[in-house]
Amino acid sequence: MSGAAIRHWRAQRITALVLVPLSLWFVNAVVSHLGQSRGQIQDWLSQPLPTLLMTALVLAVFYHLVLGVRVVIEDYVSDPARRARAIRWTYFAGLALTAISLAAIATLGLGL
Amino acid sequence: MTPAERPLSPHLQIYKPQLTSVLSITHRGTGLALSAGTICLVWWLSGAAWSDQCFAWAQAFWGSWLGLILLLGWTFSLFFHLLNGVRHLLWDWGLGYDLKSAYRTGWTVVAFSLLLTAATFGGGFFAWSHM
Repeated sequence: MSGAAIRHWRAQRITALVLVPLSLWFVNAVVSHLGQSRGQIQDWLSQPLPTLLMTALVLAVFYHLVLGVRVVIEDYVSDPARRARAIRWTYFAGLALTAISLAAIATLGLGL
Repeated sequence: MTPAERPLSPHLQIYKPQLTSVLSITHRGTGLALSAGTICLVWWLSGAAWSDQCFAWAQAFWGSWLGLILLLGWTFSLFFHLLNGVRHLLWDWGLGYDLKSAYRTGWTVVAFSLLLTAATFGGGFFAWSHM
């Protein structure tokens, strides 16, 4: 039990640290590609570095997201059955959104 | 045996809002707002990867008033959550845990979140108008 709690705590901090540079890169990238056409965005996201950074961002964001939302659910949903269901749905949504994002990044990265 | 008349713990309505508690709840609020915002990130990535229609729709939405207001909220949320997150990491490290430091770093987070949000939108509008 304590092992899982420590893993949760550590993973939340590691993803937070990773997200500091990644999210600053992302904000800057969005601002510098503002209003560009789909073709221009495709050109940009077909390069190796943006592909790599976007992949890292997506993985860290959704991992950090499910850890954080889980804590909020644990604090505010008192009924055990409802709490377990809410956490399951959060993990499911996080996994689904990660999968779609990675598929999109792969499509863009391979220039398909 | 009847339970003793124990005093209830002070509740939310009794506490006067303080910077420390307001920033704590704002950290959660901005985290949840950013979580909701990831759906738009996925929408935008999917559009770029697979669909002209979907991408054009996303593009038009971000340029609308509602889109801009949401972007403003998410930009602030991101900077606040990032800076206040660093504050949390410093606490984990055992730094700045006294009340005076908590207030000082708290106001610093508020000021820089607003400043960075303004700078990002300023830069964004500048880039947009020079396209």
